[in-house]
Amino acid sequence: MSQAATTAGAAPAASVASTEQYNYAIIKRFAIAAVLWGVFGMAAGVWIASQLAFPFLNFDIAQITFGRFRPVHTTAVIFGFGGNALFATSYYVVQRTCQARLFSDSLASFTFYGWNLALILGVLSYTMGITQGREYAEFNWQIDIIILVVWVAYFVVYLMTLLRRTQPHIYVANWFFMAFILATALLHIFNNLEVPVGLFHPHSYPLFSGVQDAMRQWWYGHNAVGFFLTAAFLGMMYYFVPKQAGRPIYSYKLSIIHFWALVFLYMWVGAHHLHWTALPDWVSTLAATFSILLLLPSWGGMINGIMTLSGAWDKLRTDPIMLFLITALAFYGMSTFEGPMMSLKSVNALSHYTDWTVGHVHSGALGWVAMISFGSLYHLIPRLWNVNLYSLKLVYVHFFLATIGIVLYITAMWVAGIGQGLMLRAFDQYGNLAYTFTESVVFLHKPYVVRAIGGGFFLVGMLIMAFNIAMTVRSGIKAEAREAQAASAEARTA
Amino acid sequence: MKHESVETNAGLLIILTLAVISVGGLVEIVPLFYIDDTIEEVDGVRPYTPLEQRGRDIYIREGCYACHSQMVRPFRDEMLRYGHYSLAAESQYDHPFQWGSKRTGPDLARVGGKYSNEWQVQHMIDPQSLVPESIMPGYPWLATTPLDYSDIDRRMMALKRVGVPYSLTDEEYQANVERFGEQHARMFDIRDAEDNLVAQAQAENFDGNPDVITEMDALVAYLQVLGTMVDFSEYDDGHFAEFR
Repeated sequence: MSQAATTAGAAPAASVASTEQYNYAIIKRFAIAAVLWGVFGMAAGVWIASQLAFPFLNFDIAQITFGRFRPVHTTAVIFGFGGNALFATSYYVVQRTCQARLFSDSLASFTFYGWNLALILGVLSYTMGITQGREYAEFNWQIDIIILVVWVAYFVVYLMTLLRRTQPHIYVANWFFMAFILATALLHIFNNLEVPVGLFHPHSYPLFSGVQDAMRQWWYGHNAVGFFLTAAFLGMMYYFVPKQAGRPIYSYKLSIIHFWALVFLYMWVGAHHLHWTALPDWVSTLAATFSILLLLPSWGGMINGIMTLSGAWDKLRTDPIMLFLITALAFYGMSTFEGPMMSLKSVNALSHYTDWTVGHVHSGALGWVAMISFGSLYHLIPRLWNVNLYSLKLVYVHFFLATIGIVLYITAMWVAGIGQGLMLRAFDQYGNLAYTFTESVVFLHKPYVVRAIGGGFFLVGMLIMAFNIAMTVRSGIKAEAREAQAASAEARTA
Repeated sequence: MKHESVETNAGLLIILTLAVISVGGLVEIVPLFYIDDTIEEVDGVRPYTPLEQRGRDIYIREGCYACHSQMVRPFRDEMLRYGHYSLAAESQYDHPFQWGSKRTGPDLARVGGKYSNEWQVQHMIDPQSLVPESIMPGYPWLATTPLDYSDIDRRMMALKRVGVPYSLTDEEYQANVERFGEQHARMFDIRDAEDNLVAQAQAENFDGNPDVITEMDALVAYLQVLGTMVDFSEYDDGHFAEFR
């Protein structure tokens, strides 16, 4: 790390010079958009969780039924909150570590407007019933094209900035961001090969059907997890954890090994979403094998991140931002253990189709992705506006609300998933099914209520963050105005 | 080669990353298109009629896949609850596949014929009136919204382009007659798509309202055909196990 270490709460080192040297304006926009999408997407999540606990909340209104609103939630949190946070942090990290200004302000601006336009169109179109019906790839074909164009622009901005670097080495965070950009492009293009009904028709039919389509979709689906929600956030981790800790990354060698192992292994594991289906057995066995291997590079990353704090563990007592970053890594370690376990065919026979999967996703999405993003944004935003964070106390409050929320959420889903899985496979003494499907639905009610409450905790934490960020930005803008005033007054007297 | 050369060369980093991330997908996906056993040959599996296909479009539009799977796994409890496990062939005309990933409600791969049309219609309008414990949303608007079938021929054309054997010429029609029988082949002819859709909706009157062809007609037509195409009594026990 070339920059001097800064501690939370202390005045950020960023000077006026760095705001001119780097393009911070674009990062500010993405960072604010991430917070807004986070509030919206998590609220949508609490809403659909409540619908499952209390179905009258569907109100017989087509636009807000669970089926149409679920992709609104997933799109808003994954691509809205996660995506904007990734754009913000990757544009920040690439500039800081390359010591170079971001390539082309206008192209970077285009990625901001294009990306968020695509998401808004997507969310609106789902409520209107326009969808491809493929999980996490519900955008219809016209929006797919907008996303593709934005993504190519993102690649160009990123690559050209790397090429401008004044440092000989490309820092490890950038490898992860680059792998994420490349893999996402590959996944997006291949998974959305489709034939439109007409040029102005919103609907299309996918190129493949049945088995092949299923394999393609889950190759996409799991690598959206692997590259969008993991590799990219590891990029975030590799910059913000050492930065916040004020220490170099634990092992440079480990980062090389786990980077290549991770990007190689992830691409094999998608078929574990299709165990025991009509997909040929050899594919799912192969996927299960690689899923287990994947534990190693995943934990390599976790260890590398957490051990960066060795010798500075006291920071966990004094720095709530560090608390977010390290807890995120702990959840990353936990869910990357749970994942390979669930990819074992015998475990999967029970867990698949149940809420255990939903709980697993959220221990990764809330525990890892959201928490590492919160920590990074809390580190980043005061530096962008060159002020102190409005309140460190509120960061603590946010941290504990989020942690309690996650624990409630995932334990409720373990109970729901394992419970339902066991009920559905139970037989009575005569060899008949012991429970009807409906009885398992009745059983799910209480866990669903607890899950909605857990989600509520997490949402309240997010709202507190939004308030904290808004106050921070406000003081930043005021300070800027004061400085401008002082400068012009000085100019007059001179 | 030292790793340093990768770290100092963006082009090399990109090329190596692309190579490394391509392997898994190539090994697992490409063979699925070439290994014959991937999709077994089964009699009875056929494309959807125009009305059923429009029903399928509505199934996708409403996001039914978020809570219902269409994939019976080869377990004793699932076969008792739902029926014979699903075959690859049974979704070979499904663009997109709708196997699903979550069962908040039961699997629907073999729901066809399990309940009467009247039950299905009532259940869609107000699920709790039939299953008080159900947490499914009601879909009353389906019964009152007329089905838009103005673009059915264009939809079938698009499906034909991705490989569904709908016919546009007499030759293709004859091929379908040989493959699926005359009665079905007629339904797969794009030239008569609209007439066929109307005829099926009027003949079977799924929603009990003969005056209008509603979205409910289409959806129930789709639900009632799910899992009914293959006659499993024609095959020996264990026959399909060879393809697993």
